[in-house]
Amino acid sequence: MSRTATITLRLLVLVAGCAIWQVWTTWRHSVYFPAPSAIVTQMYHRWFSGSATHLLLTPAATGNILPSLGRIAAGLAIATAVGLPLGIALGRSARLSAYLEPLLHFGRSLPAVAFVTVFIAIFSLGTQSEVAFIAFGTTWPILLNTMDGARSVDPLQTETARAFRLPLGRRITALIVPATLPKFFAGLRISVSLALVLMVISELVGSSNGIGYLMNNAGTNYDLTGLWAGIVLLGILGYALNAAVLGVERHVLAWHRGARRLTT
Amino acid sequence: MRVQLNYASPQATRGGRHATGGGHRRGPSPAWKPRATRWGRGLAGLAILLLLAQALGSSGLLRRSVLPLASTVLARAVGLAGSAQFRTDLAATLESWALGLGIAVAVAVPCGLLLGNVPVVRSATRSLVEFLRPVPAVVLIPLIALLIGPGLQMGVTLIVYAAIWPILLNTIYGLDDVDPLAKETLAAFGFGRMAVIRHVCLPSAAPFILTGIRVASSIAIIVAIGTGVVTGRIDGNGLGAYIADATTSSPNTAVVLAAALWAGLLGLALNALITWAGRRALPWHHGYLGELW
Repeated sequence: MSRTATITLRLLVLVAGCAIWQVWTTWRHSVYFPAPSAIVTQMYHRWFSGSATHLLLTPAATGNILPSLGRIAAGLAIATAVGLPLGIALGRSARLSAYLEPLLHFGRSLPAVAFVTVFIAIFSLGTQSEVAFIAFGTTWPILLNTMDGARSVDPLQTETARAFRLPLGRRITALIVPATLPKFFAGLRISVSLALVLMVISELVGSSNGIGYLMNNAGTNYDLTGLWAGIVLLGILGYALNAAVLGVERHVLAWHRGARRLTT
Repeated sequence: MRVQLNYASPQATRGGRHATGGGHRRGPSPAWKPRATRWGRGLAGLAILLLLAQALGSSGLLRRSVLPLASTVLARAVGLAGSAQFRTDLAATLESWALGLGIAVAVAVPCGLLLGNVPVVRSATRSLVEFLRPVPAVVLIPLIALLIGPGLQMGVTLIVYAAIWPILLNTIYGLDDVDPLAKETLAAFGFGRMAVIRHVCLPSAAPFILTGIRVASSIAIIVAIGTGVVTGRIDGNGLGAYIADATTSSPNTAVVLAAALWAGLLGLALNALITWAGRRALPWHHGYLGELW
Protein backbone atom coordinates (compact mmCIF):
# COMPACT_ATOMS: atom_id res chain seq x y z
CA MET A 1 0.00 0.00 0.00
CA SER A 2 1.34 3.43 -0.87
CA ARG A 3 1.95 6.02 1.80
CA THR A 4 -0.87 8.34 0.80
CA ALA A 5 -3.31 5.42 0.67
CA THR A 6 -2.30 4.39 4.18
CA ILE A 7 -2.73 7.89 5.55
CA THR A 8 -6.08 8.29 3.80
CA LEU A 9 -7.27 4.98 5.20
CA ARG A 10 -6.21 6.02 8.70
CA LEU A 11 -8.00 9.35 8.48
CA LEU A 12 -11.09 7.67 7.04
CA VAL A 13 -11.22 5.22 9.93
CA LEU A 14 -10.87 8.07 12.41
CA VAL A 15 -13.63 10.11 10.75
CA ALA A 16 -15.85 7.04 10.45
CA GLY A 17 -15.27 6.20 14.11
CA CYS A 18 -16.29 9.71 15.19
CA ALA A 19 -19.30 9.62 12.86
CA ILE A 20 -20.53 6.30 14.25
CA TRP A 21 -20.04 7.61 17.78
CA GLN A 22 -21.98 10.78 16.90
CA VAL A 23 -24.88 8.90 15.30
CA TRP A 24 -25.03 6.30 18.05
CA THR A 25 -25.08 8.89 20.84
CA THR A 26 -27.70 11.11 19.22
CA TRP A 27 -29.81 8.01 18.69
CA ARG A 28 -29.39 6.52 22.16
CA HIS A 29 -29.12 9.75 24.23
CA SER A 30 -26.81 8.04 26.68
CA VAL A 31 -25.96 10.13 29.72
CA TYR A 32 -22.59 8.48 30.03
CA PHE A 33 -21.47 8.83 26.44
CA PRO A 34 -22.02 12.38 25.18
CA ALA A 35 -21.75 13.03 21.44
CA PRO A 36 -18.30 14.06 20.17
CA SER A 37 -19.79 17.32 18.91
CA ALA A 38 -21.02 18.08 22.45
CA ILE A 39 -17.58 17.33 23.87
CA VAL A 40 -15.81 19.55 21.35
CA THR A 41 -18.33 22.37 21.90
CA GLN A 42 -17.81 22.02 25.63
CA MET A 43 -14.03 22.16 25.25
CA TYR A 44 -14.31 25.22 23.02
CA HIS A 45 -16.62 27.14 25.37
CA ARG A 46 -14.73 26.26 28.51
CA TRP A 47 -11.16 26.66 27.38
CA PHE A 48 -10.60 27.99 23.90
CA SER A 49 -13.10 30.83 23.44
CA GLY A 50 -11.02 33.45 25.21
CA SER A 51 -9.76 36.77 23.90
CA ALA A 52 -7.14 36.93 21.17
CA THR A 53 -4.70 38.63 23.54
CA HIS A 54 -4.68 35.45 25.62
CA LEU A 55 -4.18 33.20 22.60
CA LEU A 56 -7.92 32.38 22.74
CA LEU A 57 -7.47 30.77 26.15
CA THR A 58 -10.23 31.42 28.67
CA PRO A 59 -9.41 32.19 32.32
CA ALA A 60 -10.45 28.60 33.12
CA ALA A 61 -7.77 27.37 30.72
CA THR A 62 -4.99 29.69 31.92
CA GLY A 63 -5.94 28.92 35.52
CA ASN A 64 -5.97 25.14 35.16
CA ILE A 65 -4.32 23.81 32.01
CA LEU A 66 -1.24 26.02 32.22
CA PRO A 67 -0.49 25.22 35.89
CA SER A 68 -0.76 21.50 35.10
CA LEU A 69 1.66 21.82 32.19
CA GLY A 70 3.98 23.94 34.32
CA ARG A 71 4.07 21.24 37.01
CA ILE A 72 4.92 18.61 34.42
CA ALA A 73 7.70 20.78 32.99
CA ALA A 74 9.16 21.58 36.41
CA GLY A 75 9.00 17.96 37.54
CA LEU A 76 10.68 16.72 34.37
CA ALA A 77 13.34 19.42 34.62
CA ILE A 78 14.24 18.30 38.15
CA ALA A 79 14.16 14.64 37.12
CA THR A 80 16.55 15.37 34.24
CA ALA A 81 18.84 17.50 36.41
CA VAL A 82 19.10 14.60 38.88
CA GLY A 83 18.82 11.60 36.59
CA LEU A 84 21.17 12.57 33.78
CA PRO A 85 24.37 13.34 35.78
CA LEU A 86 23.72 10.59 38.33
CA GLY A 87 22.97 8.10 35.56
CA ILE A 88 26.19 8.96 33.75
CA ALA A 89 28.19 8.65 36.98
CA LEU A 90 26.59 5.29 37.76
CA GLY A 91 27.04 4.03 34.23
CA ARG A 92 30.71 4.94 34.11
CA SER A 93 31.69 3.84 37.63
CA ALA A 94 31.41 0.13 38.31
CA ARG A 95 32.13 0.75 42.00
CA LEU A 96 29.39 3.32 42.44
CA SER A 97 26.85 1.21 40.63
CA ALA A 98 27.74 -1.83 42.74
CA TYR A 99 26.90 0.19 45.85
CA LEU A 100 23.69 1.69 44.53
CA GLU A 101 22.26 -0.74 41.99
CA PRO A 102 20.23 -2.94 44.38
CA LEU A 103 18.74 0.22 45.88
CA LEU A 104 17.87 1.55 42.44
CA HIS A 105 16.17 -1.66 41.41
CA PHE A 106 14.11 -1.62 44.56
CA GLY A 107 13.37 2.08 44.20
CA ARG A 108 12.19 1.54 40.66
CA SER A 109 9.77 -1.13 41.78
CA LEU A 110 8.16 1.15 44.38
CA PRO A 111 4.93 2.45 42.85
CA ALA A 112 5.22 6.25 42.91
CA VAL A 113 1.44 6.58 43.23
CA ALA A 114 1.58 5.18 46.75
CA PHE A 115 3.66 8.17 47.85
CA VAL A 116 1.33 10.95 46.77
CA THR A 117 0.05 11.58 50.31
CA VAL A 118 3.56 11.42 51.73
CA PHE A 119 4.63 14.20 49.40
CA ILE A 120 1.61 16.24 50.43
CA ALA A 121 2.54 15.68 54.09
CA ILE A 122 6.15 16.74 53.55
CA PHE A 123 5.68 19.66 51.16
CA SER A 124 2.09 20.55 52.13
CA LEU A 125 -0.73 20.90 49.62
CA GLY A 126 0.10 22.87 46.51
CA THR A 127 2.27 23.11 43.45
CA GLN A 128 5.50 22.36 45.34
CA SER A 129 4.31 18.93 46.52
CA GLU A 130 2.98 18.05 43.06
CA VAL A 131 6.23 19.04 41.37
CA ALA A 132 8.23 17.02 43.90
CA PHE A 133 5.93 14.04 43.38
CA ILE A 134 6.24 14.20 39.58
CA ALA A 135 10.03 14.63 39.87
CA PHE A 136 10.27 11.61 42.18
CA GLY A 137 8.32 9.36 39.84
CA THR A 138 9.91 10.47 36.59
CA THR A 139 13.53 10.34 37.78
CA TRP A 140 13.63 6.52 37.67
CA PRO A 141 13.19 5.91 33.93
CA ILE A 142 15.59 8.74 33.09
CA LEU A 143 18.19 7.58 35.62
CA LEU A 144 18.09 3.90 34.68
CA ASN A 145 18.10 4.47 30.95
CA THR A 146 20.92 7.01 31.18
CA MET A 147 22.90 4.54 33.26
CA ASP A 148 22.34 1.91 30.60
CA GLY A 149 23.38 4.34 27.86
CA ALA A 150 26.53 5.48 29.66
CA ARG A 151 27.61 1.85 30.00
CA SER A 152 27.22 1.24 26.31
CA VAL A 153 29.86 3.77 25.22
CA ASP A 154 32.05 2.09 22.63
CA PRO A 155 35.16 0.87 24.51
CA LEU A 156 37.28 1.53 21.43
CA GLN A 157 36.30 5.19 21.61
CA THR A 158 37.01 5.50 25.34
CA GLU A 159 40.41 3.89 24.83
CA THR A 160 41.16 6.20 21.93
CA ALA A 161 40.22 9.17 24.10
CA ARG A 162 42.50 7.87 26.83
CA ALA A 163 45.36 7.29 24.40
CA PHE A 164 45.07 10.88 23.25
CA ARG A 165 44.92 12.00 26.90
CA LEU A 166 41.67 13.82 26.44
CA PRO A 167 40.94 15.69 29.69
CA LEU A 168 38.02 14.33 31.75
CA GLY A 169 35.75 17.30 30.99
CA ARG A 170 36.24 16.89 27.25
CA ARG A 171 35.79 13.14 27.52
CA ILE A 172 32.43 13.66 29.19
CA THR A 173 31.11 16.35 26.87
CA ALA A 174 32.52 15.04 23.59
CA LEU A 175 32.21 11.31 24.05
CA ILE A 176 30.13 10.06 26.97
CA VAL A 177 27.20 12.47 26.83
CA PRO A 178 26.60 12.09 23.08
CA ALA A 179 26.81 8.30 23.37
CA THR A 180 24.35 8.38 26.28
CA LEU A 181 21.78 10.67 24.70
CA PRO A 182 19.83 8.10 22.61
CA LYS A 183 19.10 6.06 25.73
CA PHE A 184 18.43 9.18 27.75
CA PHE A 185 15.73 10.17 25.27
CA ALA A 186 14.19 6.71 25.45
CA GLY A 187 13.93 7.23 29.20
CA LEU A 188 12.65 10.78 28.81
CA ARG A 189 9.80 9.59 26.58
CA ILE A 190 8.70 7.09 29.23
CA SER A 191 8.98 9.83 31.85
CA VAL A 192 6.87 12.29 29.86
CA SER A 193 3.89 9.96 29.68
CA LEU A 194 4.47 9.03 33.32
CA ALA A 195 4.52 12.72 34.27
CA LEU A 196 1.03 13.14 32.82
CA VAL A 197 -0.24 10.24 34.95
CA LEU A 198 1.40 11.54 38.12
CA MET A 199 0.10 15.06 37.47
CA VAL A 200 -3.47 13.78 37.17
CA ILE A 201 -3.17 11.58 40.28
CA SER A 202 -1.75 14.34 42.42
CA GLU A 203 -4.48 16.71 41.25
CA LEU A 204 -7.22 14.14 41.81
CA VAL A 205 -6.02 13.51 45.36
CA GLY A 206 -5.68 17.12 46.42
CA SER A 207 -5.30 20.35 44.50
CA SER A 208 -7.00 23.69 44.13
CA ASN A 209 -6.51 23.96 40.36
CA GLY A 210 -5.32 21.96 37.37
CA ILE A 211 -6.81 19.53 34.88
CA GLY A 212 -7.18 16.75 37.44
CA TYR A 213 -8.95 19.17 39.76
CA LEU A 214 -11.40 20.11 36.99
CA MET A 215 -12.08 16.43 36.32
CA ASN A 216 -12.60 15.70 39.99
CA ASN A 217 -15.15 18.53 40.10
CA ALA A 218 -16.87 17.27 36.97
CA GLY A 219 -17.03 13.78 38.48
CA THR A 220 -18.59 14.88 41.76
CA ASN A 221 -21.07 17.12 39.91
CA TYR A 222 -22.07 14.29 37.57
CA ASP A 223 -20.96 16.48 34.65
CA LEU A 224 -20.23 13.72 32.13
CA THR A 225 -19.54 16.06 29.21
CA GLY A 226 -17.02 17.91 31.35
CA LEU A 227 -15.35 14.62 32.27
CA TRP A 228 -15.10 13.58 28.64
CA ALA A 229 -13.73 17.00 27.72
CA GLY A 230 -10.97 16.46 30.28
CA ILE A 231 -10.23 12.97 28.96
CA VAL A 232 -9.99 14.21 25.37
CA LEU A 233 -7.83 17.15 26.45
CA LEU A 234 -5.43 14.84 28.29
CA GLY A 235 -5.29 12.49 25.33
CA ILE A 236 -4.37 15.39 23.05
CA LEU A 237 -1.81 16.66 25.57
CA GLY A 238 -0.26 13.21 25.89
CA TYR A 239 -0.02 12.89 22.13
CA ALA A 240 1.42 16.41 21.76
CA LEU A 241 3.99 16.00 24.54
CA ASN A 242 5.21 12.73 23.08
CA ALA A 243 5.42 14.31 19.63
CA ALA A 244 7.33 17.27 21.09
CA VAL A 245 9.92 15.01 22.74
CA LEU A 246 10.26 13.02 19.52
CA GLY A 247 10.81 16.26 17.60
CA VAL A 248 13.53 17.42 20.00
CA GLU A 249 15.07 13.97 19.91
CA ARG A 250 15.13 13.96 16.11
CA HIS A 251 16.78 17.37 16.12
CA VAL A 252 19.35 16.61 18.81
CA LEU A 253 20.14 13.12 17.61
CA ALA A 254 20.27 13.87 13.89
CA TRP A 255 23.93 12.78 13.86
CA HIS A 256 23.05 9.51 15.59
CA ARG A 257 20.36 8.62 13.07
CA GLY A 258 22.80 9.39 10.28
CA ALA A 259 25.55 7.32 11.86
CA ARG A 260 23.25 4.33 12.41
CA ARG A 261 21.48 4.86 9.08
CA LEU A 262 18.07 4.80 10.67
CA THR A 263 15.36 5.83 8.28
CA THR A 264 12.18 6.14 10.29
CA MET B 1 4.96 -31.50 13.99
CA ARG B 2 6.76 -29.39 16.48
CA VAL B 3 8.79 -26.51 15.15
CA GLN B 4 10.84 -24.48 17.55
CA LEU B 5 12.83 -21.84 15.87
CA ASN B 6 16.07 -21.34 17.67
CA TYR B 7 17.32 -18.86 15.17
CA ALA B 8 14.64 -16.39 16.12
CA SER B 9 16.47 -15.47 19.28
CA PRO B 10 19.09 -12.94 18.15
CA GLN B 11 16.48 -10.84 16.41
CA ALA B 12 14.12 -11.17 19.29
CA THR B 13 16.75 -9.90 21.66
CA ARG B 14 17.46 -6.87 19.57
CA GLY B 15 13.85 -6.00 18.92
CA GLY B 16 12.77 -6.92 22.41
CA ARG B 17 14.85 -4.17 23.88
CA HIS B 18 13.55 -1.80 21.31
CA ALA B 19 9.96 -2.66 22.00
CA THR B 20 10.04 -1.82 25.68
CA GLY B 21 11.21 1.68 24.85
CA GLY B 22 14.53 1.28 26.56
CA GLY B 23 14.76 -2.08 28.21
CA HIS B 24 17.12 -2.32 31.09
CA ARG B 25 19.75 -4.61 29.81
CA ARG B 26 22.64 -5.03 32.12
CA GLY B 27 25.37 -3.82 29.88
CA PRO B 28 29.00 -4.63 30.42
CA SER B 29 28.39 -4.62 34.15
CA PRO B 30 31.33 -5.20 36.43
CA ALA B 31 31.29 -8.93 35.89
CA TRP B 32 34.97 -9.19 36.65
CA LYS B 33 34.24 -8.43 40.29
CA PRO B 34 33.62 -11.51 42.35
CA ARG B 35 29.96 -11.96 43.10
CA ALA B 36 30.49 -11.70 46.84
CA THR B 37 32.05 -8.25 46.52
CA ARG B 38 29.09 -7.01 44.53
CA TRP B 39 26.65 -8.39 47.07
CA GLY B 40 28.65 -6.84 49.88
CA ARG B 41 28.66 -3.46 48.16
CA GLY B 42 24.95 -3.64 47.46
CA LEU B 43 24.25 -4.39 51.12
CA ALA B 44 26.65 -1.64 52.19
CA GLY B 45 24.78 0.80 49.96
CA LEU B 46 21.50 -0.21 51.56
CA ALA B 47 22.96 0.14 55.05
CA ILE B 48 24.41 3.57 54.26
CA LEU B 49 21.08 4.80 52.92
CA LEU B 50 19.19 3.52 55.96
CA LEU B 51 21.71 5.12 58.32
CA LEU B 52 21.49 8.42 56.44
CA ALA B 53 17.69 8.33 56.59
CA GLN B 54 17.85 7.50 60.30
CA ALA B 55 20.33 10.34 60.94
CA LEU B 56 18.21 12.78 58.95
CA GLY B 57 15.15 11.79 60.97
CA SER B 58 16.97 12.02 64.31
CA SER B 59 18.55 15.38 63.49
CA GLY B 60 15.17 17.05 63.78
CA LEU B 61 15.35 18.73 60.37
CA LEU B 62 11.95 17.25 59.62
CA ARG B 63 9.22 16.59 62.12
CA ARG B 64 8.78 12.89 62.93
CA SER B 65 5.09 13.11 62.11
CA VAL B 66 6.01 14.29 58.62
CA LEU B 67 8.90 11.97 57.88
CA PRO B 68 9.27 9.14 60.38
CA LEU B 69 12.55 7.45 61.24
CA ALA B 70 13.71 4.69 58.92
CA SER B 71 13.65 2.28 61.85
CA THR B 72 10.03 3.21 62.60
CA VAL B 73 9.03 2.51 58.99
CA LEU B 74 10.83 -0.82 58.92
CA ALA B 75 9.31 -1.89 62.22
CA ARG B 76 5.89 -0.85 60.97
CA ALA B 77 6.40 -2.80 57.73
CA VAL B 78 7.16 -5.94 59.71
CA GLY B 79 4.16 -5.25 61.93
CA LEU B 80 1.84 -4.92 58.93
CA ALA B 81 2.34 -8.60 58.16
CA GLY B 82 0.43 -9.35 61.36
CA SER B 83 -2.50 -7.11 60.53
CA ALA B 84 -5.55 -8.97 59.23
CA GLN B 85 -6.85 -5.90 57.39
CA PHE B 86 -3.52 -5.42 55.64
CA ARG B 87 -3.37 -9.07 54.58
CA THR B 88 -6.90 -8.81 53.18
CA ASP B 89 -5.91 -5.72 51.22
CA LEU B 90 -2.71 -7.31 49.93
CA ALA B 91 -4.68 -10.33 48.75
CA ALA B 92 -7.27 -8.06 47.12
CA THR B 93 -4.57 -6.19 45.19
CA LEU B 94 -3.12 -9.51 44.04
CA GLU B 95 -6.58 -10.63 42.97
CA SER B 96 -7.29 -7.57 40.84
CA TRP B 97 -3.76 -7.76 39.42
CA ALA B 98 -4.26 -11.36 38.36
CA LEU B 99 -7.77 -10.78 36.99
CA GLY B 100 -6.84 -7.61 35.14
CA LEU B 101 -3.62 -8.98 33.69
CA GLY B 102 -5.30 -12.25 32.70
CA ILE B 103 -8.10 -10.48 30.85
CA ALA B 104 -5.61 -8.11 29.22
CA VAL B 105 -3.53 -11.04 27.93
CA ALA B 106 -6.65 -12.82 26.68
CA VAL B 107 -7.73 -9.73 24.75
CA ALA B 108 -4.41 -8.26 23.63
CA VAL B 109 -2.61 -11.34 22.29
CA PRO B 110 -5.35 -12.39 19.82
CA CYS B 111 -5.84 -8.75 18.80
CA GLY B 112 -2.09 -8.40 18.34
CA LEU B 113 -1.99 -11.56 16.22
CA LEU B 114 -4.78 -10.17 14.06
CA LEU B 115 -3.21 -6.72 13.71
CA GLY B 116 0.24 -8.14 13.13
CA ASN B 117 -0.88 -10.55 10.44
CA VAL B 118 -3.39 -8.48 8.52
CA PRO B 119 -1.73 -5.24 7.35
CA VAL B 120 -4.99 -3.61 6.24
CA VAL B 121 -6.61 -3.96 9.66
CA ARG B 122 -3.43 -2.74 11.25
CA SER B 123 -3.08 0.47 9.28
CA ALA B 124 -6.81 1.09 9.59
CA THR B 125 -6.84 0.80 13.40
CA ARG B 126 -3.52 2.52 13.84
CA SER B 127 -5.02 5.98 14.28
CA LEU B 128 -7.47 4.66 16.89
CA VAL B 129 -4.64 3.00 18.79
CA GLU B 130 -2.49 6.13 18.57
CA PHE B 131 -5.29 8.26 19.97
CA LEU B 132 -6.38 5.90 22.74
CA ARG B 133 -2.96 4.90 23.99
CA PRO B 134 -1.86 8.29 25.37
CA VAL B 135 -4.99 8.51 27.53
CA PRO B 136 -3.70 7.25 30.88
CA ALA B 137 -5.90 4.89 32.87
CA VAL B 138 -5.96 7.15 35.92
CA VAL B 139 -7.65 9.82 33.83
CA LEU B 140 -10.58 7.46 33.42
CA ILE B 141 -11.01 6.94 37.19
CA PRO B 142 -13.80 9.52 37.64
CA LEU B 143 -15.60 8.32 34.50
CA ILE B 144 -15.33 4.61 35.30
CA ALA B 145 -16.46 5.34 38.86
CA LEU B 146 -19.70 6.77 37.48
CA LEU B 147 -20.01 4.28 34.63
CA ILE B 148 -19.33 0.97 36.34
CA GLY B 149 -19.87 1.90 39.95
CA PRO B 150 -17.97 0.85 43.04
CA GLY B 151 -16.40 -2.53 43.56
CA LEU B 152 -13.67 -4.79 42.32
CA GLN B 153 -14.80 -4.55 38.70
CA MET B 154 -13.94 -0.85 38.61
CA GLY B 155 -10.28 -1.37 39.45
CA VAL B 156 -10.06 -4.41 37.18
CA THR B 157 -11.52 -2.46 34.23
CA LEU B 158 -8.87 0.22 34.64
CA ILE B 159 -6.11 -2.38 34.94
CA VAL B 160 -7.29 -4.13 31.77
CA TYR B 161 -7.36 -0.84 29.88
CA ALA B 162 -3.84 0.09 31.00
CA ALA B 163 -2.32 -3.38 30.63
CA ILE B 164 -3.62 -4.07 27.11
CA TRP B 165 -1.33 -1.58 25.35
CA PRO B 166 2.14 -2.93 26.12
CA ILE B 167 1.02 -6.51 25.40
CA LEU B 168 -0.74 -5.55 22.17
CA LEU B 169 2.14 -3.46 20.85
CA ASN B 170 4.81 -5.97 21.81
CA THR B 171 2.85 -8.75 20.13
CA ILE B 172 2.74 -6.68 16.94
CA TYR B 173 6.47 -5.84 17.17
CA GLY B 174 7.21 -9.50 17.76
CA LEU B 175 5.28 -10.52 14.66
CA ASP B 176 7.14 -7.90 12.63
CA ASP B 177 10.35 -9.58 13.63
CA VAL B 178 9.42 -13.12 12.58
CA ASP B 179 11.82 -14.53 10.02
CA PRO B 180 9.93 -14.35 6.70
CA LEU B 181 11.98 -17.26 5.37
CA ALA B 182 10.59 -19.55 8.08
CA LYS B 183 7.03 -18.49 7.29
CA GLU B 184 7.54 -18.98 3.57
CA THR B 185 9.18 -22.36 4.12
CA LEU B 186 6.19 -23.63 6.05
CA ALA B 187 3.81 -22.13 3.50
CA ALA B 188 5.78 -23.82 0.72
CA PHE B 189 5.29 -27.16 2.44
CA GLY B 190 1.57 -26.61 2.28
CA PHE B 191 0.85 -25.46 5.79
CA GLY B 192 -2.16 -23.19 6.16
CA ARG B 193 -2.12 -19.71 7.56
CA MET B 194 -3.20 -20.78 11.05
CA ALA B 195 -0.51 -23.45 11.18
CA VAL B 196 2.13 -20.88 10.24
CA ILE B 197 0.90 -18.60 13.01
CA ARG B 198 0.88 -21.46 15.51
CA HIS B 199 4.23 -22.99 14.63
CA VAL B 200 6.30 -20.00 13.54
CA CYS B 201 4.79 -16.67 14.55
CA LEU B 202 3.76 -17.50 18.13
CA PRO B 203 6.98 -19.23 19.23
CA SER B 204 9.07 -16.54 17.59
CA ALA B 205 7.06 -13.65 19.04
CA ALA B 206 6.67 -15.28 22.46
CA PRO B 207 9.65 -13.47 24.09
CA PHE B 208 8.26 -10.13 22.93
CA ILE B 209 4.84 -10.99 24.29
CA LEU B 210 6.44 -11.97 27.56
CA THR B 211 8.27 -8.63 27.77
CA GLY B 212 4.93 -6.93 27.13
CA ILE B 213 3.30 -8.94 29.90
CA ARG B 214 6.09 -7.98 32.27
CA VAL B 215 5.69 -4.28 31.51
CA ALA B 216 1.91 -4.70 31.78
CA SER B 217 2.30 -6.41 35.14
CA SER B 218 4.09 -3.48 36.74
CA ILE B 219 1.60 -1.08 35.15
CA ALA B 220 -1.23 -3.21 36.58
CA ILE B 221 0.17 -2.87 40.11
CA ILE B 222 0.56 0.88 39.70
CA VAL B 223 -3.00 1.27 38.40
CA ALA B 224 -4.42 -1.00 41.11
CA ILE B 225 -2.76 1.01 43.87
CA GLY B 226 -3.33 4.37 42.18
CA THR B 227 -7.05 3.76 41.84
CA GLY B 228 -7.26 2.77 45.48
CA VAL B 229 -5.30 5.83 46.63
CA VAL B 230 -7.61 8.14 44.67
CA THR B 231 -10.98 6.52 45.41
CA GLY B 232 -10.41 4.89 48.80
CA ARG B 233 -12.57 1.84 49.49
CA ILE B 234 -14.91 2.61 46.60
CA ASP B 235 -13.12 0.26 44.22
CA GLY B 236 -13.05 -2.51 46.81
CA ASN B 237 -10.24 -3.58 49.12
CA GLY B 238 -6.60 -3.21 48.20
CA LEU B 239 -3.25 -1.73 49.12
CA GLY B 240 -4.32 1.61 47.65
CA ALA B 241 -7.40 1.68 49.88
CA TYR B 242 -5.19 0.79 52.86
CA ILE B 243 -2.95 3.75 52.07
CA ALA B 244 -5.96 6.01 51.57
CA ASP B 245 -7.34 4.89 54.97
CA ALA B 246 -4.02 5.71 56.62
CA THR B 247 -4.26 9.28 55.36
CA THR B 248 -7.93 10.16 55.78
CA SER B 249 -7.93 11.82 59.19
CA SER B 250 -4.30 12.76 59.68
CA PRO B 251 -1.59 11.42 57.41
CA ASN B 252 0.11 8.52 59.13
CA THR B 253 3.26 8.64 57.03
CA ALA B 254 4.93 5.69 58.73
CA VAL B 255 2.06 3.39 57.75
CA VAL B 256 1.94 4.76 54.20
CA LEU B 257 5.68 4.26 53.70
CA ALA B 258 5.52 0.78 55.21
CA ALA B 259 2.66 -0.16 52.87
CA ALA B 260 4.57 1.32 49.92
CA LEU B 261 7.55 -0.83 50.90
CA TRP B 262 5.32 -3.88 50.69
CA ALA B 263 4.01 -2.73 47.34
CA GLY B 264 7.60 -2.51 46.08
CA LEU B 265 8.33 -6.02 47.35
CA LEU B 266 5.14 -7.23 45.69
CA GLY B 267 6.26 -5.70 42.39
CA LEU B 268 9.68 -7.36 42.62
CA ALA B 269 8.13 -10.71 43.51
CA LEU B 270 5.62 -10.63 40.65
CA ASN B 271 8.32 -9.61 38.21
CA ALA B 272 10.46 -12.51 39.37
CA LEU B 273 7.44 -14.82 39.07
CA ILE B 274 6.79 -13.83 35.46
CA THR B 275 10.49 -14.15 34.60
CA TRP B 276 10.54 -17.62 36.14
CA ALA B 277 7.34 -18.67 34.39
CA GLY B 278 8.72 -17.32 31.12
CA ARG B 279 11.89 -19.34 31.52
CA ARG B 280 9.84 -22.45 32.12
CA ALA B 281 7.55 -21.74 29.19
CA LEU B 282 10.22 -20.63 26.74
CA PRO B 283 13.28 -22.72 27.55
CA TRP B 284 14.88 -21.82 24.22
CA HIS B 285 15.05 -18.22 25.35
CA HIS B 286 16.78 -18.82 28.62
CA GLY B 287 19.78 -16.57 28.04
CA TYR B 288 17.75 -13.70 26.76
CA LEU B 289 15.35 -13.67 29.69
CA GLY B 290 18.11 -13.97 32.20
CA GLU B 291 19.73 -10.82 30.93
CA LEU B 292 16.78 -8.47 30.97
CA TRP B 293 16.08 -6.24 33.98
